[in-house]
Formats: sequence, C-alpha cells, structure tokens
Amino acid sequence: MTSTPAELRPRRTAARAGSVFLSTHPRARLALLLSAPLFWLGLVYIVALVLLLVTAFWSVDSFTGQISQTWTLDNILTVITGSLYQTVTLRTLGVALLVTLIDVALALPIAFYMAKVATPRMQRILVIAVLTPLWASYLVKAYAWRSVLSQDGILEWLVAPFGGHTPGYGLPATIITLAYLWLPYVILPIYAGLERVPDSLLEASGDLGGKTWSTLRLVVFPLALPAIIAGTIFSFSLSLGDYITVNIVGGANQMLGNLVYTNVGAANNLPLASAIALIPIVIIFGYLFLVRRTGALDNL
Amino acid sequence: MRLSRLSRTTLGLVTGLILLVVYVPLLVVLVNSFSTSTSLTWPPPGLTLEWWGRAFRSAGALEAVGTSVQVAIVSTIISLVLGTLISLALQRFEFFGREAISLLIILPIALPGIITGIALNNFFRTIMGVPLSIWTVVIAHATFCIVTVFNNVIARLRRLGTNLEEASADLGAGVWTTFRLVTFPQLRSALLAGGLLAFALSFDEIIVTTFTAGSGVTTLPIFILNNMFRPSQAPIVAVIAVVLVLVSILPIYIAQRLSGSEQRR
Repeated sequence: MTSTPAELRPRRTAARAGSVFLSTHPRARLALLLSAPLFWLGLVYIVALVLLLVTAFWSVDSFTGQISQTWTLDNILTVITGSLYQTVTLRTLGVALLVTLIDVALALPIAFYMAKVATPRMQRILVIAVLTPLWASYLVKAYAWRSVLSQDGILEWLVAPFGGHTPGYGLPATIITLAYLWLPYVILPIYAGLERVPDSLLEASGDLGGKTWSTLRLVVFPLALPAIIAGTIFSFSLSLGDYITVNIVGGANQMLGNLVYTNVGAANNLPLASAIALIPIVIIFGYLFLVRRTGALDNL
Repeated sequence: MRLSRLSRTTLGLVTGLILLVVYVPLLVVLVNSFSTSTSLTWPPPGLTLEWWGRAFRSAGALEAVGTSVQVAIVSTIISLVLGTLISLALQRFEFFGREAISLLIILPIALPGIITGIALNNFFRTIMGVPLSIWTVVIAHATFCIVTVFNNVIARLRRLGTNLEEASADLGAGVWTTFRLVTFPQLRSALLAGGLLAFALSFDEIIVTTFTAGSGVTTLPIFILNNMFRPSQAPIVAVIAVVLVLVSILPIYIAQRLSGSEQRR
C-alpha cells in the first residue's frame, strides 16, 4: 500500500475549507442559499408593500406637491366614503367576477377535452395551441380586440347581415377582452389538475353505475376544484388591477386601476393612490384567505 | 365513465370553436398589418406592404426593441440566480417559514401588476429618493420573473432526488464542485425553460413597467401603447404585433420540446 500521491490529495485551500464547513453544516448551507433571494424579495417587495400601506396614511401638501409624512386617515376615509370610489370598486369587482365566470365556463370543456378525451398527439397540439396566444403580447391582444370590436371591424361585418351589432367600446368589450386575455391562464391549471385525476377513478365510477354527469359532478369536479380555484385566482386578480384594457376598449369607463394610475401620474397624489390600491389588496387577500384550505395555492 | 361518441364529438367541437375564436383576433391583426386603411376597417379596402417597410425603418420601434431586450436579459439573469438559490433551499431543506417563503415567491404574480407597480414606484421615488430609470424597471421585472424560474427548477429538483449529489460528495467532491458537475447539468434544461418564460414575461410586461420606467425609458410595450392610438402609427403597431407572435413561436417550440423530452424520460 502506497500513500495517496500528493497531487491527488485534496488541496488545503480556503475554498476547500469553506466547502468542508458547508457540507458539515447544513444550516449554513441553507442560510447561504436563502440570503440573496430573501434579501431581494424582502427588501424590494415586502418592504415596498408595507411602505405602500404606510404611505396611504400620509398626505400631499397641496401647495408644494411634496409628500408630508404626518399621519392622517383622510385618504382612507375618502376612499371608503367617496361615491366615486364605491361605484368604481363595485364596477371593477363585477367585471372581475364576470370575467372569471366566463373563463371557467370556457376553460372547463377545453381542459377536460385536452386531459381526458384527446389522443396524446392531439393533446400536445392543443397545449401548444393554448400556449401560443399567451406569448403574443398583452397589448397586441387588447389592440386586436379594439380592431375586432370597432364600428367597422370584423365583428360588425360578420353579424350585421343577421341584424346584429358589435357591442362597440365599453364595459361589455372590456369583459370580453379581459376574458380573452386571461383564458390560457385559467385553462392551464385546470388542465394540469384534470390530468392528475386518475382514469381508473372515472372507470370505477362508471362500473359502479355512475352516469356521465354524476361522475363529472361527484368525482371529477371535487378532485379538480383546487385547480379550478387556482385558475380563478389568476383571472380574478389580473382583472382587478387592470387599467390598460379598459383604456383600449372600455370607452370612458374607469376601473380601480385607472384611479390609481391618474393619482400616481397626473394628480401626483401617491398617498391617495396607495389608499385606492389597498382596495384590490384587501379583496385579493380576502379571496386567498377564503380558498387557502382548498389547496388551490399549490396549483398555481 | 364512458363518454358517448356524441359527447366526445361535442366536446371536440366546443374546444375547436373556442380555439378558433382565440385565433381570429390575431389573424385580424395580421391582415390589418397589410391593410391600406389606417383605421382598422374590415374588410381591408386594399393591401399594401408600406407598413412593413416603415416598421423596419422606424427608429423608435427598433430602439424600443433594444431597450426591451436589454431589460429582459438582465432581469432573466437575476431571476435565474435567485430562483435557483431559492428552489434549492426550499426543496433540499425543511425549516420554519418554508410555506411563507413559497407564498412570498408567488405573491408578485398573484397580486395585480398595478399593486407591484405602485408599491415599487412609491418605494423608489418617495422612500429611497432614487430617480426612475432603466434599472428600476430591471429590479421590478426580476422580482416577478423569479417565480417562473422557481417553478421549473423546483419541479426538476423534486424529480432528481439527492442520490447523485450524495454519491458525488462521497467521492470527495466539495459543495461547489458537486453543484457545478452534478446538479447544474441536470438543471440545465429546466433553467432554459424557466429563463425563456422569464424573458417572455419581462419582454411583454406593461403595467409594472409604466410605473417603474424613467421618462426616457421606452420598452417595446410602452412604445406600442404610445403609438396605438395614432392613426398614422397604428398599422406599424400591427406589424410589430405580427412580428412578436412569429418570433415567439421559436421559444414556445423550444420550451415545449424541453418539457416534452422530460416527460418521455
């Protein structure tokens, strides 16, 4: 037996020592892995969100336009009691709910067909077909609907011979466009959720005499529910904050996002904008809190 | 459950119909990019290649593409590093607060973009006193891109297990060598897929961008938004739209191939 030649022995460098320390101290390894991302997310995101909350209690000096850091409830009260904010909040909430309903109604048959009926080859094609519009720019798609819905657009051209008319620009157009924009985000989690429902369960239900509808209602639906809720989180949350689509196809209508946007930009009143922004935050945290027990958050 | 032939066909037809409706608006944009009308008239009164020529000579559009590419590349790199670190931490360790951290990662996409946008705008301008610039956009984009990398990498780590890494350590490799020669090569395609998604997400983002971009910073979505309502520019926007969709087919194809080859493995 000869001893290990020197060049094969591990070199005693600082790097080596660090590596030995790390491999024997898993906690140090964890701390090293976590520090950079947590620093980033903590500083950039959490601190920013908390400060947004704080800013909502500050005010703007009407003469200088500077933010004065004295505590006041004015902005919060304005937002809660102002009829403009109530109307816009209800409108935004209504739009977000309708968009979500439409998307789920459209996504369920597609996702079910993709997951349980289509052949593997067809399945791959459909996944690509659903994903491709997702990669087309958000603005491009909103713009496309602007052109589809315009007074001399393709929709008017298609339905005019049958006595129909395009809805033009307004809230219906906003709902259609938002539902269109978020549809892939709703289809994909539901499809993934349905794929995880084992075929054997469907067969067992059939063998036990379950008709198609009762199998869907009693077996498929409860198992797919977390995935469906995961999909609704996307469409609901994305609709609540949107202000660009409503600018493009919504005519003169305003949503919460528009109020936030004007107060950041033209009105230069960040404290009021922050207070308005708290409305969707509260609604979404409320929704996340409601659905947290369904396991939907693991399906995002 | 046996689906009758009729219900299978109906489902197939419904699926086909919805997908058709999904593609019609995109086709309308394609046709509009060749239309002689500047006001989105259908059917187009005539066809022309003028807009395509003008779009490729438009200095504003080309500059915006350059800005968007820069922002997307830097934020993708940052999100790749941070996303990989955090997925290694969450997948390989059990610790207090793990759930909270995974919620923290999805929060930037679960909350509406306008919240992220105004929170960062307020943070940079009011709190830090930093003027908005291209770097504030990069910081914002990297924050919400982390989740796409995280999702891809953590799914891969779950499947890999730790056997190979333990074998490598047993054979005397240090922590860094094991990562470089064992873990990283196995993560490569997941990183590529996550990185592509992050790039696309950043390239397309408009809401957070409007709130965090300095006045001189025009990314492509900002350029599109500024020019969409100008009659003389609208057809050029249509051309850019078509090019974007065409260019995006390549990354989708690659990402699809990557995840497809994983499923077969």
